Amino acid sequence: MSLTKDDVYRVAALARLQVNEEEIEALVSDLSRILKYADQLQQLDLMGVKPMSYVLATHTVTRPDVIGSSLTPEEALTNGPDVEEQQFRVPAVLEG
Amino acid sequence: MDFYSGLRKLHQGLISREMTPADLVNFSLEQIKAVDMQVQAFVTVTEEQARVKAEQVRENGAEGILAGIPFALKDNMCTQGVETTCASRSLQGYKPPYSATVVERLERDHGILIGKLNMDEFAMGSSTENSSLCKTHNPWDFERVPGGSSGGPAAAVAAGMVPYALGSDTGGSIRQPAAFCGVVGLKPTYGLVSRYGLVAFASSLDQIGPITNSVEDAAIVLQSIAGPDRRDSTSVQRDVPNYIEGLTGDICGLKIGVAMEYFSPSIDQKVRAAVDSAILQLERLGAEMIKVSLPHTSYALSAYYLLAPAEASSNLARYDGVRYGYRAQDAENLLDMYRQTRSEGFGAEVKRRILIGTYALSSGYYDAYYKRAQQVRTLIAKDFDEAFAKVDVLLSPTTPTTAFRFGEKTEDPLMMYMNDICTIPVNLAGLPAISVPCGLADGLPVGLQLIGRMFDETTLLRTAHAYEQAAGFAPMRPALGVHA
Repeated sequence: MSLTKDDVYRVAALARLQVNEEEIEALVSDLSRILKYADQLQQLDLMGVKPMSYVLATHTVTRPDVIGSSLTPEEALTNGPDVEEQQFRVPAVLEG
Repeated sequence: MDFYSGLRKLHQGLISREMTPADLVNFSLEQIKAVDMQVQAFVTVTEEQARVKAEQVRENGAEGILAGIPFALKDNMCTQGVETTCASRSLQGYKPPYSATVVERLERDHGILIGKLNMDEFAMGSSTENSSLCKTHNPWDFERVPGGSSGGPAAAVAAGMVPYALGSDTGGSIRQPAAFCGVVGLKPTYGLVSRYGLVAFASSLDQIGPITNSVEDAAIVLQSIAGPDRRDSTSVQRDVPNYIEGLTGDICGLKIGVAMEYFSPSIDQKVRAAVDSAILQLERLGAEMIKVSLPHTSYALSAYYLLAPAEASSNLARYDGVRYGYRAQDAENLLDMYRQTRSEGFGAEVKRRILIGTYALSSGYYDAYYKRAQQVRTLIAKDFDEAFAKVDVLLSPTTPTTAFRFGEKTEDPLMMYMNDICTIPVNLAGLPAISVPCGLADGLPVGLQLIGRMFDETTLLRTAHAYEQAAGFAPMRPALGVHA
């Protein structure tokens, strides 16, 4: 599998990453090589093999609906880069 | 005083009042002052807090085996009020409002946190060269890497700055640096140790474990941190056995599997020779060596380098600059802020993995990459199941080579990934595994990897301990940078 610059720009957009001119060549080459290596998986016959997402059978864990301790609003906000009136402030979501 | 002779000895020193917790804290701080300028394992030293805690422990007269003894943590475990960076610009200055469960447990047992340790950014890497904070040096040869991603923990223990540390292992990140630095590194069964408060890399693979000077110390630390936690729904509800009592030294009649797939030509001859001598040693102890095959081993690396980045791309979506961590300035709108924040906050390897993972999960490629890798994961787990029908423990080298030089593999990400070839299959199957020193090759430590059945840490630790006692390599003390 060989990637193009456009493929990398498309994936970067999905991942909310900016890729600049200096990075793009190296990324195209690195990612292509990694995917080419991973192409060996295409050799295997996997008909009927179940995909495994977790090692153990996962099951839903429940607990009694009892109020426990939790962070105070101040604690929860303390690492916020821009906080005002118990809210996180962000740049404009809608423009115009 | 030194930290190499083990936790039991330090504990006896405290109980007999030969020393106090403050003495141990002082000694740790002195060692850090003396050697960490060169080793650069620590990213944060919690000196003041540790001194206060030492006083409290002495006043309380706590007598547990970890009470009053200092430890350090890889910087991806949350510590309330103490900066937790994951060696990433994106988390610089982040002070978690809560502590990881493992931290709470060590503190419940009156352990004393002395600081946080360097790592590859977000635990992605095999040399700690991907840290955005500093360059950690291998205590055996300062020109070489300590391994990774838990390079800081392995180097700190090897250099005698702390008696033990906790690392995390997603594809070998505890065992590989332990092998490179000549210390013991244990990756427990997936689900044995709570991941609550461990900054997530690949949630279905990550597991926390101890890095220590001996197998007994690993058992002691595991005893404290293992067990279910309601805050991690993947932690398993089962009783924790007494690992320390299980170290009987008797492995007579034990069946040990040697998988030929782990002895490929890519394994350095001198590493192989050291592992071969370990096999003889184990035979002398009465263990029976049985040849087994794990036929899908050669596919593990490919599957891992799709699955782990896929999970990472999802887990790292949270670093958007809104609620905590780094935020880019002067962005015009929200989308722009996300993009700038993430591009400035993450280093090159993290970006590479996010891109690979996003690609493998993206529409049109999901079935060919992500799903296929998950199917291969099933086959790898099945290989292990079949082998464990015949044997009790599996044996291999931990790494194909000893510690390499700085810059040797940074140009080629694939070459760096190849380092994890013996450790990765274990994470895919969720099994416990340990790396124990098995000698030196050209003056650098070699690690022997032992792999156990799910939740059978008891047999795994017993085997490793019996070998360690008979081989007599541990504890290994480096000449701190003076390569013989």
